[in-house]
Amino acid sequence: MAEPVLSMSGIRKAYGSVRVLEEVGLRLEPGEVRCLAGENGSGKSTLIKILSGVVPADEGTVSIGGRTIAGDARAAIAAGLSVIYQDFSLFPNLTVAENIALLKSTAARERWHRARADRRLAEETLARMGVDIDPATLVELLPVASKQLVAIARALANDARVIVMDEPTTALTRSEVARLAGIVSALKAQGVAFLFVSHKTEEVFAFCDTITVLRDGRVVADGTAAEFDGARLGREMTGRAVETQRIERAPAPQAPPFLVARGLSRRGDYAGIDLDLRPGEVVSLVGLLGSGRTELALSLFGMVSPDEGRIEVDGRPVHFPSAIDAMAAGIAYVPEDRLTEGLFLDQPIADNINVATLSSGFLSRAALKRRAVEAVKRLRIKTPGVEPNVATLSGGNQQRVVLARWMERSPRLMILNGPTVGVDIGSKREIHEILLALSRAGTAVLVVTDDIGEALALSDRILVMVKGRVTGAFDAAEIEEDRLYAEVTKEARA
Amino acid sequence: MPMRRFTNALASPQAVVLAAAILFALVIAAFNPGFLSLATLVDLLRNSLVTGIFALGVLIVLASGGIDVSFTAIGAFAMYATMSLVMGLDVPMPILGFFVLSALIGALLGLVNGVLIGGLGLPTLIVTLGTLSLFRGALLTFVGTTYITNVPRNVISFARTMILRLENAVGQLVSLPLSFVVLVLVTLFVAFLMNLTRFGRSIYAIGGSEEGARRIGIDVARVKVWIYVIAGTIAGLAGMTHMTLSRMANPFDLVGTELNVIAAVVLGGARITGGHGTVTGTLLGALVITLINTSLLSAGVPSYWQKVVVGILIVLGTGLPILIDRFAKHRERLARAAV
Ligand SMILES: Nc1ncnc2c1ncn2[C@@H]1O[C@H](COP(=O)(O)OP(=O)(O)OP(=O)(O)O)[C@@H](O)[C@H]1O
Ligand SMILES: [Mg+2]
Repeated sequence: MAEPVLSMSGIRKAYGSVRVLEEVGLRLEPGEVRCLAGENGSGKSTLIKILSGVVPADEGTVSIGGRTIAGDARAAIAAGLSVIYQDFSLFPNLTVAENIALLKSTAARERWHRARADRRLAEETLARMGVDIDPATLVELLPVASKQLVAIARALANDARVIVMDEPTTALTRSEVARLAGIVSALKAQGVAFLFVSHKTEEVFAFCDTITVLRDGRVVADGTAAEFDGARLGREMTGRAVETQRIERAPAPQAPPFLVARGLSRRGDYAGIDLDLRPGEVVSLVGLLGSGRTELALSLFGMVSPDEGRIEVDGRPVHFPSAIDAMAAGIAYVPEDRLTEGLFLDQPIADNINVATLSSGFLSRAALKRRAVEAVKRLRIKTPGVEPNVATLSGGNQQRVVLARWMERSPRLMILNGPTVGVDIGSKREIHEILLALSRAGTAVLVVTDDIGEALALSDRILVMVKGRVTGAFDAAEIEEDRLYAEVTKEARA
Repeated sequence: MPMRRFTNALASPQAVVLAAAILFALVIAAFNPGFLSLATLVDLLRNSLVTGIFALGVLIVLASGGIDVSFTAIGAFAMYATMSLVMGLDVPMPILGFFVLSALIGALLGLVNGVLIGGLGLPTLIVTLGTLSLFRGALLTFVGTTYITNVPRNVISFARTMILRLENAVGQLVSLPLSFVVLVLVTLFVAFLMNLTRFGRSIYAIGGSEEGARRIGIDVARVKVWIYVIAGTIAGLAGMTHMTLSRMANPFDLVGTELNVIAAVVLGGARITGGHGTVTGTLLGALVITLINTSLLSAGVPSYWQKVVVGILIVLGTGLPILIDRFAKHRERLARAAV
């Protein structure tokens, strides 16, 4: 066995009475890509913060490149570690170039700020990634996908020996993920080791040589990727068999549609869209990034106005000049970049859940709390109570808080853009079941996604969107996965 | 994207403040035609010297996401303690010595802030409110309460040395004293620190995201200690500059002008929430605040009206850019959603 570049042993960590990590050990050899898998809240991000020296462990040792790191972030970086944090951890007030370069210059204890050199480093790194972002832009002005790319660029620019990626692809398109995979394998050939966290099963197997599974803060499985398959991975993570099949259900009732769209068009985005969204039915709108799926969804929610066509609600023509009007009509929209928008991180979980409903009348504090407790239970949010701030939740559990918030409004149409990004595979299933139950209770559900497995497992009807047009409508029970994949990527391959 | 550039320009607080100042100057000029002259500008520079120097120290603190309200007490303490020390020992001291000693005392008092904030991690507003009171109390209790008017000869002759003398429209003499050099030097130093050193950039980084700064290995506690030491040093220089301008040491001076200075920095584009602010903007802010205060004063407007005007400007200068920015970002988001 080669000398490890990274080794951790006997790591324990507790936040108050919450035990997050117990006796965790892990090693990485040069050129190894190891996946760290586990449910939401199993302790992955905490383990990463310990190895990067950002959070001190209660017990245990970390060594990188033979040097012991004890709660010292600079020493970890100097020893050759780069981390892409789940929350990106960028500086919104600085330019892309400075964000990328500051890590390296801080580690090298450089004395001077050299804007030109920073810019060159940023340009080189972004070019290597095949990404087109202006290094002079302030990071706060970037869309979430570009922020994620900048966070990746910063880690790559540092000539690291160990790169840790905590869910680096949540906001990326397929082609960007493929390019990242290319960079990873090139660096791997140069002996760089990776620790990779992702909830996307295909990515785990595409990127990784070895897998470590955490469950409730303990290592429950450790082996080469070949020893695992999707089913075993799910079983090890959750302690039970994880269903990935389509959820069994009674056929959707053929109620009169809640919302009808006819001939909806918006130049450059989508054209000639007809939609019928019925109470009791889950419809998926599946398309690649740039297919117009998000714009269409935003149009139904009053955030983007169509040039042509009409929308009817309950048979009456409507026009939504703003999201407020759409909400008044009973429509809820869960955005795709909810990690950076919409959550009040330093506010209690209860307030975050109740915020969308506060205007709908007076409720006693006790009633509000009861509602939050209910929602936490229903969405299985992993937390000791509803009082802690959202910031103390794991990433996937923060996502559930957003879902809970919108479900509390009991909307008549719920539009969800990428509802399970960053959610572990076991919980994905649970969220799907919750959404299906919500729909059968009389809500129309529209899911916008590029996750084909999700569309198949969750929906009654699937609409495929390619280049701004709905090119196919399928019964989700009938269509095969391969066929659907071919439909969705038709234009991209042509 | 000309639209974007246009809203961008409007969204910078400097632009809003500059526009307000120009408007203001034009209104005054309408009543007083002699107002628009080089002499007015020189007079303005002289009157904004102390505010400008203080403001540069405050800029560093605001950029790091902190706030300092103790700097006037530091300035007064450093200036008065220097004078009583030198006068008490009765040794000859070159003029430079006065400034150096005052700066050192300021640095020491700043270190107290720095240790409490950086070392112990206490909230900046609480700490500096406390030390404001502490330094002022200590000055009046232990150092002295009497005006020192018989300042040494070399201080007087420094105060009388002018870089520039001009006659204004009504025949009064206006002049720019040699202490203007202090402002120039402090400006150069702060501009250098904030833009050309990695230390300066880590100040902005901390202001942008303290946790993020820690994660990339910036020693946040150490940087913070230095920030307050530097701010204290600059306050010491501002205090001494104030003394040379008034040619006497008054221990009751300066304290009470904090908000004026902070207003200047915020009008100049720094944000109370940290991470932003430039040297140019800060100097501009100091000029505008001084312009408003002095011209209203000379127009015979009661001083509480000055407060109203300054208040309105602060709300406009900080609120308008935020609103415009929010609007622009909203548009951009929609535009992007439509790509
Ligand atoms: N600062 C904190 N204070 C209290 N509890 C915390 C804090 N940080 C994390 N936790 C708790 O530690 C547990 C593990 O969180 P962690 O973020 O490591 O999970 P994760 O495996 O990364 O999950 P995900 O897949 O959702 O990102 C969670 O139960 C979380 O609530
Ligand atoms: Mg995590």
